[in-house]
Amino acid sequence: MKIVVAIKQVPERDAQVRIAPNGKWIDEADLQWAMNEPDAYALEEALQLKEKNGGEIIVLSAGPERVGSNLREALAKGADRAIAVICDDLNARDALGVARLLASAIKPENPDLVLTGLQSEDVGLGQTGVIVAELLGLPHATMILHVEKTDAGLTVKRELEEGWFQSIELPTPAVLTMQSGGNKLRYATLMGIKKAKTKELRTASATELGADGVSTVVLEQISAPKKQKSTQILPGTAKEAAAALVEKLKTEARVL
Amino acid sequence: MSVLLVLEESGGRIRRASWEALAAARQLGPPDSITAIVIGAQTEALAAEAAARPVGKVIRVEHPLLAQYTADGFCAALHELIQNQDGTKYVVFPHTYQVRDYAPALACRVGQVLIGDVVAIEDGPRFMRQLMQGRLNGSYRPSGEGPCFVSVQAGAFRADELDASQAPAPITLFTPTIDAAQIRTKPGEPFRGSEQTVDLGSAQRIVSVGRGIKEAQNLPIVEELAAVLGAELAASRPICDNGWLPMERQVGSSGQTVAPKLYLAVGISGAIQHLVGMKGSQCIVAINKDPDAPIFEVADYGIVGDLFEVVPALTEAVKAAKQ
Repeated sequence: MKIVVAIKQVPERDAQVRIAPNGKWIDEADLQWAMNEPDAYALEEALQLKEKNGGEIIVLSAGPERVGSNLREALAKGADRAIAVICDDLNARDALGVARLLASAIKPENPDLVLTGLQSEDVGLGQTGVIVAELLGLPHATMILHVEKTDAGLTVKRELEEGWFQSIELPTPAVLTMQSGGNKLRYATLMGIKKAKTKELRTASATELGADGVSTVVLEQISAPKKQKSTQILPGTAKEAAAALVEKLKTEARVL
Repeated sequence: MSVLLVLEESGGRIRRASWEALAAARQLGPPDSITAIVIGAQTEALAAEAAARPVGKVIRVEHPLLAQYTADGFCAALHELIQNQDGTKYVVFPHTYQVRDYAPALACRVGQVLIGDVVAIEDGPRFMRQLMQGRLNGSYRPSGEGPCFVSVQAGAFRADELDASQAPAPITLFTPTIDAAQIRTKPGEPFRGSEQTVDLGSAQRIVSVGRGIKEAQNLPIVEELAAVLGAELAASRPICDNGWLPMERQVGSSGQTVAPKLYLAVGISGAIQHLVGMKGSQCIVAINKDPDAPIFEVADYGIVGDLFEVVPALTEAVKAAKQ
């Protein structure tokens, strides 16, 4: 099975994000970057499918040059080769603009399966995989925890709301967006890291792919959220704050 | 100028989230500009339910192939409907799992992009949604011609503030031309993951733990706090993903929705998927080292600090208060 895994690079989870001076994006100076966690689960599912059924895994990421570091990480974990779609306007593109980039890079590969995370941890649109499927004319399913290859195609376990699941059968080629928690994520081994250095990492540019970045919806302004409640922050040492909290919960909130 | 509102049902009734989407649609136009859409194989009762609400008219999109939800079936049917409606300015949905599964493809089919998970509509209109796990808000402007697709977050708009119902809205039937071959996926019946043995929904007090706990072996400090408070132990998704606590203890959009008297969030940053499951709690306490964590936006009381110091101190303080 030939699998393409689309991976996004996002700010590291604990990073302090500040609004850029133009108010249209975050200040990227000094940020640390990481592989979007749901995409890491998509990669893990791909690696397990390859272990069971054989085949090839191609990892794909769009963004500035720095996305290469996450592609190397994926190669170190066991992906076979990588494609970096270099573009500096990723944040200015809407979901369709990003999906067009990815779809044009995926199409010539003719994969049996395209996997990606259900959403990104930065903008959290949760649409890229679904639109890629639409652009490629492929069936899709979202929020998938487990994928099994069958004679007819795939059987997948899909998460529904509030603790419900369903299984879905679909033919290949197909696009799936992966939910977290279906597998345990692996670490790259030293051997894997060494091998990754010799694996192919090809770059393509957005212009080569002919996917322009005209947006239908524009992220116009970023702002700090307004508080929904006025939070009483209890100051002092851990002990003082804890004592003050218990007092508040007893006498003010009356929940103890 | 008109608004198409796609209602979602569950168990034969219109879901509450759909009425919240109606409340959002009302911000985009008066009741008579809103056309409510019900979709399925048998939509008569749903249509009657919708017609009693403040909408201009109701369209039943009905076809035997829509008996069970599939992205292919819903996209084909709604695409055909949208092509048949002139002057549609907005298409509004509740932001449910089902909508997330098909609405991005439907929007793409008409050259549009869904503005998903909207929490507020401002003048312009500008559509506000959260970024960076709830740490920031982004204001989005539709710039294209065609209809603007919007899905609204659960709990963000007030269904209980909708206008009083007037005379029932007129109902029409629309039969899309779907062919069985267009539906490429075969969905199975929904099933429960495992036997539910914990009913967090009826708990009076909940101590909930998140990524800040760092390792499974650190869990006893929150277990002890839960014990002295007489609280149920719960968790955010990553803790259950890691297998540190069973899935049935997960609070959030993919787990249980809770509304206890006291919800104490330990080391939970407060991504929206978690907040939708607990923000209805009567009193929310957050303990987190990051003063900018979004959990503090919904908390009544907060302690900014190292949970490994604060939680044991709190356990002691609760014990002392009991004596």
